[in-house]
Amino acid sequence: MTFLKGARRFLVVSALAYILVKALFLSGAVTEYIQQIVLFSLIVILASLGLNVIYGYTGQFSLGHAAFYGIGAYTSAYLTYLFAIESPLPFIPVLLCGGLVSALTGFLIGVPILRLRDDFLAIATLGFGILVKVLLDNSDRLIEVLGGSRGFVGIPRITNLELVFAVMVFLVLVTRNLIYSKYGLFWQCIKDDELASTAFGIDTTRMKSMAFTHGCFLAGVAGGLYAHLYTFLHPSNFDFLKSVDFLIIVIVGGMGSITGTIVAGLLWVGFIEGLRIALPSGMLELRWVFIPLFLIILMMVRPYGLIAQKESRLLGIDRTP
Amino acid sequence: MELLGYILQQLVNGLQLGAVYALIALGYTMVYGVLRLINFAHGDIFMFGSFVAYYLIAKWQMPLPLVFMITMAATAALGLLVEKVAYKPLRAAPRISLLITAVGVSLFLEYFLSLNALFTPNYIAFPRPFEVVDYDLSLVEITNIQLIIFSVTAASLLLLYLLVYRTRHGRAMRAVSHDHETAALMGINVDATISFTFMIGTALAGIGGILYAFAYPQINVFMGIMPGIKSFIAAVLGGIGLVHGAVLGGIVIGVSEVCVSAFVSSTLRDGVIFVILLLVLLFRPSGFFGKRREKV
Amino acid sequence: MKKIWLIAISLCLATTGAAHGKETVRIGLISPLTGDVKTFGESSKNGFLLALEEYGKTGKYTINPIIADDKNDPTEGANSALKLITQDRVVAFIGPLTSKVTIPVSEIATKYRVPMITDAATSPKVTVYNNKRKPYVFRACFIDPFQGRIAATFALKDLKVKTAAILHDVGNDYSRGLAEVFKSTFEQGKGTIIAYESYQKDDVDFSALATKLRSKKPELVFIPDYYNKAGLIARQLREKGVSAILIGTDGWDSPELTKIAGNAIMGSYFTNHYSPERKDKVAQKFIDRYRALHGAVPDALAALTYDATMILLETLDRVAKPDAESITKALSVLKGFHGVTGTISFDKNGDAVKSAVILRVEKDGPRYVTTVNP
Repeated sequence: MTFLKGARRFLVVSALAYILVKALFLSGAVTEYIQQIVLFSLIVILASLGLNVIYGYTGQFSLGHAAFYGIGAYTSAYLTYLFAIESPLPFIPVLLCGGLVSALTGFLIGVPILRLRDDFLAIATLGFGILVKVLLDNSDRLIEVLGGSRGFVGIPRITNLELVFAVMVFLVLVTRNLIYSKYGLFWQCIKDDELASTAFGIDTTRMKSMAFTHGCFLAGVAGGLYAHLYTFLHPSNFDFLKSVDFLIIVIVGGMGSITGTIVAGLLWVGFIEGLRIALPSGMLELRWVFIPLFLIILMMVRPYGLIAQKESRLLGIDRTP
Repeated sequence: MELLGYILQQLVNGLQLGAVYALIALGYTMVYGVLRLINFAHGDIFMFGSFVAYYLIAKWQMPLPLVFMITMAATAALGLLVEKVAYKPLRAAPRISLLITAVGVSLFLEYFLSLNALFTPNYIAFPRPFEVVDYDLSLVEITNIQLIIFSVTAASLLLLYLLVYRTRHGRAMRAVSHDHETAALMGINVDATISFTFMIGTALAGIGGILYAFAYPQINVFMGIMPGIKSFIAAVLGGIGLVHGAVLGGIVIGVSEVCVSAFVSSTLRDGVIFVILLLVLLFRPSGFFGKRREKV
Repeated sequence: MKKIWLIAISLCLATTGAAHGKETVRIGLISPLTGDVKTFGESSKNGFLLALEEYGKTGKYTINPIIADDKNDPTEGANSALKLITQDRVVAFIGPLTSKVTIPVSEIATKYRVPMITDAATSPKVTVYNNKRKPYVFRACFIDPFQGRIAATFALKDLKVKTAAILHDVGNDYSRGLAEVFKSTFEQGKGTIIAYESYQKDDVDFSALATKLRSKKPELVFIPDYYNKAGLIARQLREKGVSAILIGTDGWDSPELTKIAGNAIMGSYFTNHYSPERKDKVAQKFIDRYRALHGAVPDALAALTYDATMILLETLDRVAKPDAESITKALSVLKGFHGVTGTISFDKNGDAVKSAVILRVEKDGPRYVTTVNP
C-alpha cells in the first residue's frame, strides 16, 4: 500500500499515544474538563496543519484561517441537525462535507486572491475572515437554527477520542504523502522563489490553489470536530484572534515541519489552557499581553520557526513514501 | 423635498464618519509609502489618542487646543517608539516577519492597555467639553460636532499637503517612498525621514481619535480595531501610498457605511466594507488614484 | 513518654475539631465582572457575598464560593460553567445574569445535571427551549414576555402614545425577545410601530438610524438593551433632534447610564425588578446592610443575586443531603419565598412569578413610578 509506505514508525507512535491517553481517561485520573482540553488540542493541531500547508510549505500568508475552521464547524453542525445524527459512524460523511464546503470556499476565494502579493494577500484574507464572521453573525436571518450572534446551541456531542485520533492519523498521512510528492516539492519551490518557479515551468497558480484548498479542507474538518465537542458555536470563536492562534502554532512549530506543528500545538494549547486553570481569574488577561510580546521576539530571533526548521525523526513522519 | 433633505442628511452623517476614517487612512498610507509596511497597530494608536484626550479632559479639564496638541504629541511619541523598537530592527527581514510583528504590536497594545491598572477593558463615557448645538440649514441640520470634525480635518489635510509638497521634509518623504537607496545616495537621512513620517501619521491618528470620541462618546481599548481596518481599506481603495487617495477612500468608505446602515440594514454595514475591499483587490489593486503596478 | 502525651493530645484536639466542623459545600457564581456590563457583575458579586456572609452566621454548612468571570461573552460563560462543574465540582451555581450567556450555560447545566439559579436572565429560552423544559434551570426574576408586555402597556395606557419605534441588538436574545413582545403587545393595543430597526453589538455610530427616526417622528422609542448601548443611542438620538419619549428595560439599571447619556436620558422610563424605595422589612434590612458595606444603594442586580443566593442556601439547609438531585427537587416546588425583590414562587418552568416596577430616570437616581403585578 503506497499510502502507508514508510509510515510504520508514525503508526506505532500514534497507536501507543492512543493507548496511553485512553488509559488515562478511563482510569479517571484526569477530569472531564482536562479530557476535553486534550481533544481540543488535537483538533487545533489539525487546523494548524492546514495553515502550515498554506503558509509553512507554500509561503502564502493567510490571516483568515479561522474563517474556514468556522465554515466547517457550522456546516457540519447544521447537517447533523438536519439529519438528526447522533453517533460517530453516520457522522463521518457529515464531517467530510464540512471539510469539502470549506475547501470549496477556499478554492473559490483563492482564484482571485492568491495572485496578490504577500502583504495584500494578508489583508485580503483578513478581510475575508471578517466577512465570514459578519455572515455568521447574520446567519439566523437565512437559517434560524444557526443562531447568528446568539450562537448555535444544542449540537450533539459526537466527537470522542477514537474519532479524533482516527481522523488525525488519516489526514496527517494524506498530508505527509502530499508533502513528499512532487506537489510538495513544487509548493516549497514557490515558497522559496515564485518567479523562478514559474520560469521552471511550474504552474504556480494551480499549485498555490491546491495548497490553499487542502489547507482549508483540514481546517474545515477540524471545525466539524470542534463543533461536536463543545456543542456550542458562536461567531466570536472564529475571529481574527483565532487565526492568530493558528499562526503562532505554525511559526513556533516551524514552517515546513509537520512534527513541529504537532508538538507546538500540544504545547501551546496546554500552555494556554493550563494558565486558565492555574491563574486566578484576575491575572488571566495577562496571557494576551505576553503572547504578542513572545510573537514579536520570535520574529526578531527565529522568524522561520522555533521548534523545528525541517522534519524530524521524532514521530516518524519524515519517512518518505 | 423631504426625501432630498433626508438623503442629504445621511450624506452629512457619512461625511462625519468618513472624515475620521480619512485621517486614520492618511497615517496608514504614509507609512506604507515609506516602509511598504501595513502598520496593523495604527488603529490602536488611534485608540490611544482617544484615551489620552479622555484623561486630559476628564481629569485635568484642559482647554481644547491644548488637548489637541498634547494628544498629537503623545500619539506621535508612541508611533516613534513602536517604529524604533519593533520595526526598525526588522528592516532587512522578509516582509512577512514585519507583518507578523505588526500584528503582535497591535495585540500587545490592546491587551496591555486593557489591564486593570491602566485603561481597563471597560467602556468609558467620554466627556464632551461642550454642549451639542444644532444648526438648521433648511435642507439639512448640522451639529457643531460635525462642523468641528469637518474643519479640523480640512485644516489637517491642508497642512499635510503643504508639508508633503512644499517643504524639504516632504520632498524627503516622497523620495524615500520611491527608493530607499537612491534617496540615501542623494544625501537624505532615510532613518530620520522614516521616523518623521511615522510621527506625522500617528499624530493624525491622534486627531482622529479625539474627533471620533467627540462624535461617539464611548471609548474602549478595543475601539480601534474596526476603524483601523476600515481606514486601511479606505487607503487601499484610494490608492495606497497616495495622500489624496486616502482622503477619497476615507470619504467613500464612511458614506458607504452610513448609506448601507440607513437604506439597507445596520447589521450589514461591516460586511459591505469587506465586499468593497475584495472587489478593489480583484479589479484594481492599485486603487482609484494608483498607477497600475505589479501586485504579484 | 512525652511523645505519647503529645500524640494523645493532638488526637483529642483533632477529633473535637472534627466533631464541631461543618461540612463544606461548593457553590459557584458566574458573573460579568469585566466587559460591557461590568457594573451588573460587580453588584451581583456584592449581593452574592452579602448573602453568603449572612448565611455563614446561622447556616448548616460552610460554603466555599467559587466565582467565575464570564465577561458577558457566551463562550467565556460556557467555559466557566464547564470548569465550575467538572473541575471545581460545585453542587450548584448562581448566574449568569445576561440571557445571551445564560442560554448556552443552561444547556451545560442540564447536560451535567447541576442545578442553577439565574439571577437576572430574562429570556424565556433559558428555562425552556424547543418546548422542552430544562429541569435543572431556575430563575429568580421575571421573564421577558412579561417585561415587554408591561412596557408596551405602560406606553399605551399611561404615556398615551400611539406611535412607537423599536431599536434592538439583533445579536442578543434579551434585546430581540423584548422587541418582539413589545411590538406584538403594542400593535394589539391598536398602536403603530413605525420603525423596527436592529443594530449590532459593536456598533458605535447611530447617526444613520437617528436621522431615520427623526424623519419618521415616533412619539416613543423603545430601547431594550444594556445601559452602555442605551446611553450611547439616547445621546445620538437627541443630537439628531429626535424628541420622542424613551423607554427601556432592566438592562438600563446602572449608575453609568446617566454618566454616558447625560441630559439625553433624563425623564425616560424603564421597567425593573425592584425599587430601593420599596417599603418592606426584608428589603430595608438588605438595603441598609448593603449601603453600610458598599456606600451605595443596591441596584436590582445586587438584590436579585442576593435573593437567588438566599433561595439556594435556604434550600440547601432544608434538604437531607447537599447534593444536586435533592436541591433540584426542592427548588422545583419553591413557593412564597420572601425576598428583597418580592415574593418569589417558581412556576412549572422554574420561572419566578413576581411583580415588576416602572422607574423614571432622574438626576439623583431612578424614581419609582408604579408597580405592575403579573
